[in-house]
Amino acid sequence: MTLWQVVILASILCLALKLAGYLVPASVLRRPVTARTAELVTVSLLAALIAVQTLGSGQQIVLDARIPALGVAAILFALRVPFVVVVLVAAVVAAGIRALT
Amino acid sequence: MTDVSGPAIESGGAADADALAVRRATRDGIAVGVATAAYGVSFGALAVAAGLDVWQTCVLSLLMFTGGSQFALVGVIAAGGIAAGPSAILSAGLLGARNSLYGIRMKPLLAGGFWHRVAEAWLTIDESTAVATAGTTPRSRSRGFWVTGVAVYIGWNLTTLLGALLGDALGDVSAYGLDAAAGAAFLGLLWPRLTKLQPVVVAIAAAVVATVLTPWLTPGLPVLCAAAVGIVVGIVNRPRAAAEVRPVPIDGPQPPEHPADAAGSRAGEEAS
Repeated sequence: MTLWQVVILASILCLALKLAGYLVPASVLRRPVTARTAELVTVSLLAALIAVQTLGSGQQIVLDARIPALGVAAILFALRVPFVVVVLVAAVVAAGIRALT
Repeated sequence: MTDVSGPAIESGGAADADALAVRRATRDGIAVGVATAAYGVSFGALAVAAGLDVWQTCVLSLLMFTGGSQFALVGVIAAGGIAAGPSAILSAGLLGARNSLYGIRMKPLLAGGFWHRVAEAWLTIDESTAVATAGTTPRSRSRGFWVTGVAVYIGWNLTTLLGALLGDALGDVSAYGLDAAAGAAFLGLLWPRLTKLQPVVVAIAAAVVATVLTPWLTPGLPVLCAAAVGIVVGIVNRPRAAAEVRPVPIDGPQPPEHPADAAGSRAGEEAS
């Protein structure tokens, strides 16, 4: 599998999902359990991605500068600092710690 | 502004209210587009850091056009490389599934016809759904959807290219801390969804599952296994008030005072 195939297949899948909402009869997807599950799947995927991005390094768990960077990001999001600023600060915190240690 | 201050005759009042609502939807849509464009840069830079080239990064924003799924695909590739391709595709698809639900909500508000539907589906994301459902008249809902969708599409794609070129120029990324930026970006997407206890508990459980499984499975699979936490809790655990999916802007949180923030909550009220 090439990276191009991943990019194209995933894009077609996501576009098809968008179209499905307009083409599939609403009764199939409108049940409350579907809506609730879709929301919780989104939450669990994002949380899992945070964990893997912050702690994972291949198949290893590595504790490094990414953890304090994420902590700073959490504080800034709680203070309602805009997305781009937080992402930038997180990168700077990690880079700063790496430069000093 | 002149037509608003015109004589408020009974018949003219409704038309004025409609014109006002349409103008508000237009303004909100453009504002959301500008806000979203700002973090297309972080997507572009992270995608290149994950190993995609500039073209692949741009194709994602042009074709897939749903920020959460794009970040997920790039995140899984960054962790597992090309071997994690199938997991990356599935993760993007799972995160994109909520767009199907938005489509159901948008369909009655928008015009039919095959090509119209294709364009509408393409532009169906958290932001366009949120601004459209916040509209108070049929015309303002339709206007809100199209202005937001097109504004975000243009801004997001331009800044994706900018971010990708920047990331390309930066070179060795981990020294700059871009890998830490990825975690922060996902946290920013998750944050507006942690409004109740249930999603918080699910988020913590999913993070633990993904972490514990990381040493045992190939990269990408732990994230998919963690998605099962959401599926199981969603099917088994029935909250007292049935929750409708709210178009929380996963494709990027808005600043607090931003109109789309109010749009999101208003859409939620309307739905329940």
